[in-house]
Amino acid sequence: MIPGFPNAMPTEGFIGGLIIGLAAAIMLLGLGRIAGVSGLAARAAGIADTGPPRAVAIAFIAGLPLGAFIMARGVGDVTVQFPASIWPLVIGGLMVGYGTRLGSGCTSGHGVCGLSRLSRRSVVATGLFIASGFAAVALLRIGGIL
Amino acid sequence: MIRIAIALLSGGLFGGGLAFSGMADPARVQSFLDLFGNWDPTLAFVMAGAIVPMAFAWVIQARLSRPIADAQFHVPATSTLDRPLAVGAVLFGLGWGISGLCPGPAVADLGVAPMAVLPFIAAMFAGMIAHRFTSKPN
Repeated sequence: MIPGFPNAMPTEGFIGGLIIGLAAAIMLLGLGRIAGVSGLAARAAGIADTGPPRAVAIAFIAGLPLGAFIMARGVGDVTVQFPASIWPLVIGGLMVGYGTRLGSGCTSGHGVCGLSRLSRRSVVATGLFIASGFAAVALLRIGGIL
Repeated sequence: MIRIAIALLSGGLFGGGLAFSGMADPARVQSFLDLFGNWDPTLAFVMAGAIVPMAFAWVIQARLSRPIADAQFHVPATSTLDRPLAVGAVLFGLGWGISGLCPGPAVADLGVAPMAVLPFIAAMFAGMIAHRFTSKPN
């Protein structure tokens, strides 16, 4: 626990992060691929022309909910709280889908894999999407939506 | 077959790590982005944790001629900063802030709260398809 931040989970966060990093390392050293979820999801769905064989992308994408399900069953404390309205999900989803394809990556590809490699494109992309995320939530607050 | 198994293992660990770290929870992710509200720094610890094994993996990768189960590495070679990268990252960040979801946690949530995340998943793929039809073919 961090004083002043009663909801923060630094230990679980760091350990979960290590597991995520290990997963990405297996993808890189095992298959030679970036564990970028937006690209692999698009590839699995047949929307992207580049990337690993579709079966590989489908296997990775299928693993995500499977791993989360097993963790939720095993640890038993995976709480998720979604926005009350459907609109943030629909508008946010459209922007995330379009934006990650245009910007060639998301939090996993640019954030985890790119930052750890000190890729110039990923450092810039990560800075921009985190700053934009801060801005979006600040605007929601100003607008009285949040 | 071995490639499918490796991809499934990697995806499974990735989804498990997301769930364990609290990052499958849109409210927690949005709290990280909520600088002027009830700020929750957990996401920063997740990023720090994830970068450690990956930094080692890149060091190992540089010494290998090929990965375990493929003939070559498929690592992006471009380093040009261009407009699509910037505009895409900003659009993505705004959508991420609005919803509290990015692609990894969204797909992982199909195993935890499928009905709740479905509108986001449908919209995300619609956005990806929209990009495909509006971008120049390469």
